[in-house]
Amino acid sequence: MSTVTIEAAQTRIPERTTETTAVEDAPPGSFVVTLIIRRYIPETDDEPRWQDFDVRVLPTDRILDALHKIKWEQDGSLTFRRSCAHGICGSDAMRINGRNRLACKTLIKDLDPSKPIYVEALKGLPLEKDLVVDMEPFFEAYRQVQPFLIANSTPPGGRERTQSPVARERFDDTTKCILCAACTSSCPVFWTDGQYFGPAAIVNAHRFIFDDRDESAQVRLDILNDKEGVWRCRTTFNCSEACPRGIEITKAIKEVKQAILVGKP
Amino acid sequence: MSLKSTQLPTPTPSKSRTLRPTSLLNGRISLPKRPAGTVYRGREGMWSWVLHRITGVGIFFFLLVHILDTALVRVSPEAYNAVINTYKNPIMGLGELALVAAIGFHGLNGLRIILIDFWSVGTRNHRLMFWIVIALWIVLMLGFAPRHLMHVFGAQ
Repeated sequence: MSTVTIEAAQTRIPERTTETTAVEDAPPGSFVVTLIIRRYIPETDDEPRWQDFDVRVLPTDRILDALHKIKWEQDGSLTFRRSCAHGICGSDAMRINGRNRLACKTLIKDLDPSKPIYVEALKGLPLEKDLVVDMEPFFEAYRQVQPFLIANSTPPGGRERTQSPVARERFDDTTKCILCAACTSSCPVFWTDGQYFGPAAIVNAHRFIFDDRDESAQVRLDILNDKEGVWRCRTTFNCSEACPRGIEITKAIKEVKQAILVGKP
Repeated sequence: MSLKSTQLPTPTPSKSRTLRPTSLLNGRISLPKRPAGTVYRGREGMWSWVLHRITGVGIFFFLLVHILDTALVRVSPEAYNAVINTYKNPIMGLGELALVAAIGFHGLNGLRIILIDFWSVGTRNHRLMFWIVIALWIVLMLGFAPRHLMHVFGAQ
């Protein structure tokens, strides 16, 4: 930074009004985008309502950045979950322009910034406040498939359960799940039938069913061979398209279906 | 005093629709005519399922009526003929067109769903298969619809 720039900046400061400050501070290439957010504050609202916010953003900003700006600069009561903000914790799945995505992985430029951006909570889970839903039904289904390694035998020959790269590759895709619920809450079957295990639970069952170190594959297959299990899947592919980790969910569900029908390959 | 949303003063009931605390802070009040929520923007997979379900329910109700009227021939051939004659009007003719369209889509899409479930690369090609289904369906309908409509509206 040259001295000239600093002096120029200092001389300009007294002339600024509140209105022009925002424009002068605006980074080059930034523009104003309208976010229409479905708000619901249980203490004051009978019904969810839509509220507009104008935010100045860069094309490379994420929806999460826009939400932060709204919360920090315009309306502190806006409520949403986020933890790591880098697409790993799975906290900020929400419906953006009608599709489930992670707010921290959705760039403004990948949407159409000339139109308002609709942001609302996940569908099919009980709405608690603004963009926060009750995840308990989702985790209840997850727990039911016993998503942990079950191996009661002594490891062969030593203290470790070794696994060949080929055997590991078999379930590699389904290890990527971050439990954000974007898939389960995009499923039309789950919206109308909350008893359905949902894609995420089946993905995490798949992860252990096809793990050759695990000894309880049949238990999980029996759990999922249920009226509310894998047979509820109608192959709408909403889950596969919603998954921020790119897991081929419908394929995983189909593989569990086939394992129930003809046995594990 | 810090403003927590839970501690905000409750607006009087009469004004609660327009004077939400957050609306006051933001200065903009949302338009009253907004949908309760947006329609989930699923892609080919979801809409093919919606069409499959609609055509399936439609075909089910047709079959119900169809079994009843066909069973009538066992009761009396005259009654059967009388019922079938009431079907011979343009409205039922258009209904037949819709029926063939529904069965055509449901059948072709049913094959697609079988391939998704049993063909090893079916899930990766579901979108392509959907457009093949639509193309085949249009070709079949182009063959059927003109001739059928000529029968319904043209002759006699």
